[in-house]
Amino acid sequence: MTSMTMVQALNAGLRRALEDDPKVLLMGEDIGPLGGVFRVTDGLQKDFGEDRVIDTPLAESGIVGTAVGLAMRGYRPVLEIQFDGFVYPAFDQIVTMVAKHHYRSGGITRMPIVIRIPYGGGIGAVEHHSESPEAYFAHTPGLRVLTPADAGQAYVTIQQAIASDDPVIYFEPKRRYWDRAEVDDVAPISGSPWSSRLVRAGDDVTLVAYGPMVRTCLEAAEAAAEDGVSCSVIDLRSLSPLDLGPVVDDVRRTGRCVVVHEAPVVLGLGAEVASVVTEQCFFHLEAPVRRVGGAYIPYPPNRFERHYLPDVDRVLEAIDEVTAT
Amino acid sequence: MTEDVVQLLSPDGERHDHPDYPLDCDHERLRALYRDIALTRRLDVESTALQRTGELGLWCPVLGQEGAQVGAGHAMRATDFGFTSYREVGIFQVRDVDPVDLLHLYRGVTHASWDPHQVGLGIFTIVIGSHALHAVGYAMGIQRDGADEAVLACFGDGATSTGDVHEAMVFAAAFAAPVVFFVQNNQWAISVPVARQSRAPLATRAAGYGIPAVQIDGNDVLASLAVTRAALDRAREGGGPTFIEAVTYRRGPHTTSDDPTRYRDQAEVEHWVALDPLDRLVRHMEIVGAWDAGFAASIDAEADALGERLRDAIRGMSDPDPMTMFDHVYAEPHAQVEADRQALADHLASDVAGAVETR
Repeated sequence: MTSMTMVQALNAGLRRALEDDPKVLLMGEDIGPLGGVFRVTDGLQKDFGEDRVIDTPLAESGIVGTAVGLAMRGYRPVLEIQFDGFVYPAFDQIVTMVAKHHYRSGGITRMPIVIRIPYGGGIGAVEHHSESPEAYFAHTPGLRVLTPADAGQAYVTIQQAIASDDPVIYFEPKRRYWDRAEVDDVAPISGSPWSSRLVRAGDDVTLVAYGPMVRTCLEAAEAAAEDGVSCSVIDLRSLSPLDLGPVVDDVRRTGRCVVVHEAPVVLGLGAEVASVVTEQCFFHLEAPVRRVGGAYIPYPPNRFERHYLPDVDRVLEAIDEVTAT
Repeated sequence: MTEDVVQLLSPDGERHDHPDYPLDCDHERLRALYRDIALTRRLDVESTALQRTGELGLWCPVLGQEGAQVGAGHAMRATDFGFTSYREVGIFQVRDVDPVDLLHLYRGVTHASWDPHQVGLGIFTIVIGSHALHAVGYAMGIQRDGADEAVLACFGDGATSTGDVHEAMVFAAAFAAPVVFFVQNNQWAISVPVARQSRAPLATRAAGYGIPAVQIDGNDVLASLAVTRAALDRAREGGGPTFIEAVTYRRGPHTTSDDPTRYRDQAEVEHWVALDPLDRLVRHMEIVGAWDAGFAASIDAEADALGERLRDAIRGMSDPDPMTMFDHVYAEPHAQVEADRQALADHLASDVAGAVETR
């Protein structure tokens, strides 16, 4: 076990993928000598060369579009989009080309492309640097969507994403980049990333979250426990496919469910979770499913963000509501 | 067209030499070029007819552009790879795409018509210009493989306005990718003339990227062959990208849903009829003694057989098994797709399915 930040864990996972498969390439803006603006690719160009760790021109559609051609040639490109708000110039290539190519080709041409996107707020950044656009991608058939909640998850799932023969949008919760955890960087990678995982077991309320909000929910569960309310916390981890079986099982036991994400609540991932939980747990529910998330506004200037982002207090408020009945 | 436009074959069939683009074209090659243009033209006519009789949902005619396309197709080596739009029927013909497979797309039973690795062409996309980036990425892969191969990227005058084509030129130049941008300026992007896409000749844009450019007579199959071959050679040798503007004309509608009489004069079309790529090739073959009635009859017979095969294959073709629409969304099983597949299977097995005719 090694103590690592999420940035270091991602770096180690990328390094291992580059070592294991000569077809793996990294592409992005400033990922070479600079090591990426968050240093996730630190040192990788020096060790693997400019042909495998490629500093690209400043053009997101170009990065994703050329990756499509490289994938057709048998490569496994791992792309870095510098910030969440910069992915939209590549949206057409992702949605129209990357997501559909395997289907359109009748299963002949695979698109083993990973698109890494640092996402979410909470770091006091300027605009376009704090968004949570995961629903667009989870809504698009043909893409898989993963988001790690901590360093240990990041180390494993980035390698699993790269090993996948399907395209994976890999959302990295940038406010958790510097959180440290013990990472097993020796054991072989095993298990499937396409499943949710129970990270805390409880009896009264099921908290459902992913990415940056998993830690927030764990802290809320801790605080709720002091008030005598026992919460489960489930990390969805995979946003496509969504693995809601464990959520349904847990809610059938607790009878109460709160879904938390940074993205706007309206038409967000939480709406799908709430809908499935309501369909499948209807006669077990003690209260309506409650969603906690961003307001229906563009991400605000960062002096507002503590009022915009869900925090422990807002999760506790939702827990109070669903336990009041 | 300016004086710099490369032309090896004038409209009257006279052959010119060009110092930069020597071309040794024997009778066998001339006959092969003729055959590919003639069969492309027949496929075009038959497909339009199949659309008009309701057998195909759509067709994108190619009349007038076959010379540019067939020349470029002949310039490719078997190991080279191409990325095209939907209209490069002449290149599909040269690369031996089965026309029946091609029409399956317009019949609405598939999104793609061939195995890219078998014919050396990426499946085309209808979104304009996107594939220019795929071509450059594929070429970057060739570089990394150290392979003696090059990529041909075909798009039109309209595509040159897209951001993806711009980014493709930027990436190709930055990495000296072994790719040739083969632009057919057919004067019209559906109803919008090329002057709305660019105030300067398209070929002049390449200089801004540091990419050499050549303008060719796009109705001259020999110019297309010679210039594209030289550019592909240069790419394979590490010389980087080239931009070719083939100046040609789309004599038919954009698609079978289009009505060109709403936006252009017939006189303009007539001007280009006189510059027809097939007619000038025939004149040239007559001049050099590569043409005879027996050869012409054999190609006619082959074209007739092609038409019959297309009609037999497409007319009354049954719809695909509905359950197969869930295939290949992902390479590895995906729980949501499997759930939706099961839902349709359950519905089809129920009493409700087909109870009321849907309009």
